Amino acid sequence: MHDLEMKKRAQAALDKPAQYGPDVDLSRFTLIAPQESYQEDLSQLPAELSRQVLSAGIETGEKGRSGTYFQKNHSVIHCQIHQEGVEILTIDQALAKYDWLKDYCWKMIPPDQDKYTAWAYLNPHHGYFIRTRPGVKTLFPVQACLYMEQDSLVQNVHNIIIAEEESELDIITGCAARPRMRQGLHVGVSEFYIKKGARLTFTMIHNWAEEMDVRPRSAASVGPSGIFISNYVSMKPIHSLQMYPTTWLEGKDALARYYNILVASRGSELDVGSRVILEAEGSRAEVVSRAISAGGNIRARGCLVGKGKDIKAHLECRGLILEQGGMIQAIPELEGYLPGIDLSHEAAVGKIAQEEINYLMARGLPESEAIAAIVRGFLTVDIAGLPTELQAELNRVVEESEKTLL
Amino acid sequence: MLVIENLSVRLFNRIILHGVNLHIPAGEVHVLFGPNGSGKTTLLMTIMGFADYEVISGRIIFNGKDITNLPVYERAQAGLGLSFQRPPTIKGLKTQQMLEICHRHSQQDYRPLVEELNFQDFLGRDVNQGFSGGEIKRSELLQLLVQSPTLALLDEPESGVDLENIALIGKGINQLLHRQWPAEESAECRRKVREERKIGGLIITHTGYILDYVDADRGYVMMNGTIACQGNPREILRCIKEVGYEECVRCMI
Repeated sequence: MHDLEMKKRAQAALDKPAQYGPDVDLSRFTLIAPQESYQEDLSQLPAELSRQVLSAGIETGEKGRSGTYFQKNHSVIHCQIHQEGVEILTIDQALAKYDWLKDYCWKMIPPDQDKYTAWAYLNPHHGYFIRTRPGVKTLFPVQACLYMEQDSLVQNVHNIIIAEEESELDIITGCAARPRMRQGLHVGVSEFYIKKGARLTFTMIHNWAEEMDVRPRSAASVGPSGIFISNYVSMKPIHSLQMYPTTWLEGKDALARYYNILVASRGSELDVGSRVILEAEGSRAEVVSRAISAGGNIRARGCLVGKGKDIKAHLECRGLILEQGGMIQAIPELEGYLPGIDLSHEAAVGKIAQEEINYLMARGLPESEAIAAIVRGFLTVDIAGLPTELQAELNRVVEESEKTLL
Repeated sequence: MLVIENLSVRLFNRIILHGVNLHIPAGEVHVLFGPNGSGKTTLLMTIMGFADYEVISGRIIFNGKDITNLPVYERAQAGLGLSFQRPPTIKGLKTQQMLEICHRHSQQDYRPLVEELNFQDFLGRDVNQGFSGGEIKRSELLQLLVQSPTLALLDEPESGVDLENIALIGKGINQLLHRQWPAEESAECRRKVREERKIGGLIITHTGYILDYVDADRGYVMMNGTIACQGNPREILRCIKEVGYEECVRCMI
């Protein structure tokens, strides 16, 4: 599509509400943020900021990381890679450097999908480009941090991630906001390309603030024998979050796994789904979500579409209600188009069984600790294919958030 | 060690136990027989203190202290241990983590126990998830061994265990109750060993198979929520085998 045509369509979609989630009044936000200075050395960042982003999995000391992209409000304050064959650039730099990249831009997510994508298309505030060259494996995860601290700001980022053929790319993305930030909107458009035989693990930890509205828009395309593993954690209070990322399994034997860990505190509205379109023969998918309501509302959606020969996919959604006043709605959808496909789902919403609490108390745990142990177990998902250090990072983040939850 | 006086218990608006009296001196192992629904499990659950089991009269004294109104975990910390007949699965909680919970108040290395019960391969699995009947019993016994209670309450420890593993369970129970004898060549006096035993046990058994492995000191028959009969456990078991529980009903009338 011609740029001008896209622009026209985006402009026409500026009032188009999203299919799901509460509507956000865009006029409440400002598009202007002052320029922040570039930081050669991330370890020089204020200790308080480092601590906040660490709880979203970002190591400002860069220990155990192959490189870092760090964006604060609208400024890229750090962008550096430490491994050959792996690239991190701002999206603007990358588009200037690679002519071919425009073919990857807005390819899976149309700018006029809804008002948020339209706004992000018309008012871009950077975003990252991360790519592994063919056959290259990241030694350590690459980290990307999107941080917001200015009241009433909107941050529109566009990210493109490409794992070239037979490469392995591990990314950890941490999003955080200054605690008690007065309203803010984050729109993150992310397009993932996993080529033949490549493997991408993408771990995203959201650590926003109570008055933030967040609208990620993500899509992925997976080639033959490619693997895409997406882990998403949002356990901190947030005003509203809505997303429904889609993965197209386009190559034979492609595989996608989604793991979502969601906690809604009082006043939080979460509408999070995962959709996988299994187009290619032998492709497989697993979507797992764990939702806890501590007074807030969660809609946990999931959709598996089976179009390819001999595909197999499973959807699992478990919800736990810890406090009254909230709601969990599990909405699993299966769509099959061929004989011989295998799609299944299981969903359960409930409270902690007294029997389980009794069991742990009989082993000497006080009731509150027994509940904590059960909740910890509930949130523990063993993610096949996730590197051990990332699993450890994920466990650390979940455990830290869980302490404030109970 | 454990004294139960005139204990009556209500569960979900039904009175299940009617004035039960029981006394387990330190170092003794007692067994509880009785048909299904007679109140055996209710008695164990009440001793452990679960909330649904409402004590409407009587009291439970453990090591000289009235524990009738003590929370479950405090009873556990005071030395009571329970092996569940049908424990729940706790998703995401690994057997290893469960053992660490049991190990909290102990300094002893528990790894040798895991090997003795041949349970190494289960440590990384969610507790009780997909375990067979026998595996559940081994898991329960292992947890108790790690917890090391001074009074162990065992709810049908042998049910569902295949012949191959029943000896293993029997050995584990003897270890739990400090009932192993010193080695034959040991100079230790067996009478002294017996007299110095401190650990008590109360075992529910349906089949009595466990008596082939564990020497119990006293047996009870529970019928309709009361202790109908007590005496030598082997003799009681033989009677039940010969004439069944109907005889006990006849005795009570």
